[in-house]
This record gives sequence, C-alpha cells and structure tokens, in this order.
Amino acid sequence: MSVPTTHFVTLAAVLFAVGTAGVLLRRSGISVLLGIELMLNAVNLTLVAFARQHGHLDGQVFVFFIMAVAAAEVAVGLALLVAIFRHQQSIDVDRLNILRW
Amino acid sequence: MELAVFYVAAVVAVATGVIAVAHRNPVVNVMSLVVTFFCVAVCYALLAAPFLAAAQILVYAGAILVLFLFVVMLLNAPLPATDQPRQLQRVFGVAAVLLVGLGGAALALVAAPGPAIPPAEGTAAAIGRLLVGPHLFAFELVSVLLLAALVGAMVLVKRKA
Amino acid sequence: MWAELAVTAAKLLAVAVVLLTCVPIMVWVERRGAAFIQDRLGPNRVGPMGLLQPVIDAVKLFFKEDLTPGGVNPVLYTLAPMVSMFVALVTFIVIPFSADAGVEVFGVPLRGIHVAPDLGVGVLYLLAISSLGVYGIVLAGWSSNNKYSLLGGLRSSAQLLSYELSLTLAVLGVILVSGSLNLQEVISRQGPELWKWHAVTQPIGFIVFLVAAFAETNRLPFDLAEAETELVAGYHVEYSSMRFASFFMSEYINIVTISALTVTLFLGGWQVPWLTATLSGWPLLLVSVAAFAAKVAFLLWLFVWVRWSLPRFRYDQLMQLGWKGLLPLAALNLLIVGVAMSQGWM
Repeated sequence: MSVPTTHFVTLAAVLFAVGTAGVLLRRSGISVLLGIELMLNAVNLTLVAFARQHGHLDGQVFVFFIMAVAAAEVAVGLALLVAIFRHQQSIDVDRLNILRW
Repeated sequence: MELAVFYVAAVVAVATGVIAVAHRNPVVNVMSLVVTFFCVAVCYALLAAPFLAAAQILVYAGAILVLFLFVVMLLNAPLPATDQPRQLQRVFGVAAVLLVGLGGAALALVAAPGPAIPPAEGTAAAIGRLLVGPHLFAFELVSVLLLAALVGAMVLVKRKA
Repeated sequence: MWAELAVTAAKLLAVAVVLLTCVPIMVWVERRGAAFIQDRLGPNRVGPMGLLQPVIDAVKLFFKEDLTPGGVNPVLYTLAPMVSMFVALVTFIVIPFSADAGVEVFGVPLRGIHVAPDLGVGVLYLLAISSLGVYGIVLAGWSSNNKYSLLGGLRSSAQLLSYELSLTLAVLGVILVSGSLNLQEVISRQGPELWKWHAVTQPIGFIVFLVAAFAETNRLPFDLAEAETELVAGYHVEYSSMRFASFFMSEYINIVTISALTVTLFLGGWQVPWLTATLSGWPLLLVSVAAFAAKVAFLLWLFVWVRWSLPRFRYDQLMQLGWKGLLPLAALNLLIVGVAMSQGWM
C-alpha cells in the first residue's frame, strides 16, 4: 500500500465538497446535475479506497452498480431538463416554482 | 512514484472539479469534468481496480458526459443574466459546503487503518464472479432499472403528436 | 527496471513511427485505388507511380494559411483536433503486433511487439478510448460557429454512439469465447487452425463488427456527417492547414487501428495457420509481424474498395440500420455464442 487510504478519502471528501458547492450554489440545471455527478464520483472513490484497504472486492462491485444507476439517473435528469426547457425556455432552477403554495 | 502520480492526479482533479462547477460556459464545465473523471480513473488504477478505471472512462467520460454535451448543445440555453443565487442561499450553501468538506476530511483522517490484508486485484474476472454470485439479484435489478430509465427518458421528451 | 522501461519506450516509438507512416501510404492507396476503380489513373506524376504525392500534399497543407474564423471559442477550437489525434494514437498500445516469441533484447524479454502486454483489461481500454473520440468531433462541430459544422458534428457523434453499441456487443461475443480481455489471450485462443478463427466461428459477429467499424471511422457508406456533397465537410469545414491535417491524419489512423483490432479479434491476429505454431524465437517474431501486416493491409484495401464502390446511406437509413438492424443481430450473435458455450460446442 504505497499510497495510504486516508489520502484517497481526503481527496474524495474535497471532491464531494466541490460537488455540493455546485449543486447548492448554481442556478443552471446542468450545473446542478454536474455537481451531482461529481459527488457520486467522490463516493465511488471512497468505496474503492476502502475496498482495497479491507482486501475484498465488494466495494468495487458496489461502485459498478453506482455507475449504472448514475447513468440511468443522468438520462432521466437530462430528459426532465429538456422537457422543462421546452415548457419555459430556461433551465434556471429558481423558476421551477409552479407547484409552490 | 505512485505517490507522485497520486498527487498530480489529485491536484488536477480538484482544480478541474472547481472549474467544472464554477465556470459560466456549460461546455467548458463538461469538458473539465471529463478531465476530473480521468483523474479519478487514474486513482482507481492506483487502487488496484483496473476494470473500474476502464469502466469509469467508458461509462462516465465516454457516455454520460457526451450525453451532457449533447443536451448543452441542443438546448443552447442562454446563460442566466445573473447566475448568482440569492444572499441567504449563498450563506447556507457555503456553510453546507464547509460542513461537508471539513467533516469528510476529518472523518478521513481519523479512519484507523485495519490489519494488513493483501489487496484483491480488481480484474474483470474477479468482479464478474461476484456479480453472478453473491450479487446476482442486484445485477438483474440494475438491468431492469436501466430499462425503466430508458423508457422513462423517451417518454419524457416525446412531443405530443 | 530501467532496461524494461527503455525497451517499452523503444517499442512505443517504433509502433508510433510505423503508424504515422501508414497515413501517407493510405492516402496514396486511397487515391490510386479510387482511380483504378473509377477507370482512370490517379496521381502518377509526382515521384514513381505517384508515391511522393502524399508528401507533397502534406507540404501543401503545412503551408496553407492557418485561419481561425471569428466568433469561435479559441480553447475548444484548438482542443478539438488535439483530442482527435490523441485518441487515435493511444489505442494501439494494447494491440499485439507479433507473437511473444521469447526473444531477449539486452537481457530484457521483449514480450513481442506489444507495448502494454500486462494490461489485463486490454479490450475494455480500447473501447473506452474509442468512445472518447466523440469529443473531438462534437467540440469541432460546436466551436466552429457554423451551422453546417454543428449539424455535421452532432450527426457524426450520434452515429458513432449508436454503432459503438453494436461494436461492443460483437466484441463481447469474442471475449466470451476467449475468457479474457487481454488481446494476446484472444489471439492464442484462435488456435493454429484456420477454422478456429472467430470470423469463421462467429460469422454474424464478424459482419456486425465490420459494418460497425465502417460506421465508427466515418467511412463510406456511412460518411454522411462529412460528405462533401452533403454538408460541405461536416464538422471540420472551418479548419485549415495543420488543424485540418490533424483531423485528416486521425481519421486514417483510426482506420488503421480498427483494421488492426478486426485482425486481432476475428482474423487470428499474427497467426499463420500452421507456420507460427512450429516456429520460435526471431523467425517467429518476423513471420508473425509480416502476417499481421499483410492481414491489416488487406483490410485497409477493403476500406478503400468499399468506399469507392458503394453509395452513401442517408442519415435516417443509417440510424435505422444501426439500431434496428445491427443491434438485434449482435444480440443474436451473443445469444448463439452463449448457447454454444453452455453446450460445450465452443
């Protein structure tokens, strides 16, 4: 183990924080989805790092499933975004307030 | 040597990650996220997960982000006049980010390393055995999920005839 | 460690040089071959039999004015041809050009002319890098600030993505039989006999792969995205001089790479039916390289032959063929291979 696990987990924590910043602080729907992808990748990195530390591959199988689920989520999320854009000609998430009381 | 590769990959990953969420131009955001995913794939390779490294490039960089790029180009949405959130949101957002970032880093640093177990090599064969063995149910369920997502995405963008 | 690194670097350099030399040769073959198919002579004035024509073409392209159109995004405009070239060049490190003949160079085992013999996920790496080729095209189309470029870029990338699926499924049939993602293993599984080649045992997969290969490299009959008569030049219409030369070269390098991949996966790689099983050492190395080169040359000629013989597909016909024709066929191939393997026939 030439690179300690804590290095990888710290990198993952920083990437997760950057992704959270993207989700919370941007108004464009695309940026929100990009932030979500970054967060998912950070989690994947954590899982693989711990899988290596504990010596069995279940973490890597979990990451495989997360990749598949992320692909599905991106497809549906972008389809939603396209449908929203067709309706109101903008992808500003602050304008998605039709269902508000 | 591996430490040097890790540091380069880490610095580039964080830098391009910040560009990916901060830049105004959405095409630049997507392209810098591609570089971030590349660096994460390098980290997987360092962590004895070659199959996942290749799958990361194939799925994330080669498919998901291409889909993002397509949508960005097809929508050609005008950049919002002020892409800045309101003041309160900004405060909460920064607070949440700091909490998450520092909390995660703190947890990472106190994670006690377990006993020295020889790492299992993440080859395609090994992962495949796990997928059709203990995790068969989840594997089949994921294929149903992908089908549902496929049909759902097509229904969502279907124009009313 | 340094000796091994030096040997790998030497192999890398040798293969890169050969690959880059293939481009002018392909240009010459294309132009003379096209001419003979069309019952004319082609370039035959520059050098003997027109062999220096590609060199002169390269010089001409080099001296053309490198103009950047107004309103383009400069970073992406410059990045696109670089991405295309990069993707085209790094795929060859997993392709075994010769047998692992047990030859030693300066005390270091050569492991055959195979730059990365230990990459356990060889085929997956190749598919991953090919899927990155879409970025060069999409970025070129977008950043050129030209509606024809954008249309061509989007069409071309949609085509590439669609046919990538059939390509991957066809490859999957081969991998299923070989039991490994490493390309040397795939070749050694194709046995010394001719009837064990995957083109013979999985003909549907072979046809699907070949058609998808034509679509992946944007070659006729699937080159609508860059056809001169349709979209002016598609995604690279706004590029001139060396940037256009980058796209041009990366297209030909892609053709060579995919021919090499077809030979490796379906046509037995560097094997000659009974010859390579009996040789060893330096003769094996040379014979296997020659066999590989001959097979790849045949496939390159096939690419040129098909280009000048078949008419172009319309875009909707192309997409229909990809999704409604090739994908079910590739899935059928996988089914047949699976059944055959479970019954022990393969």
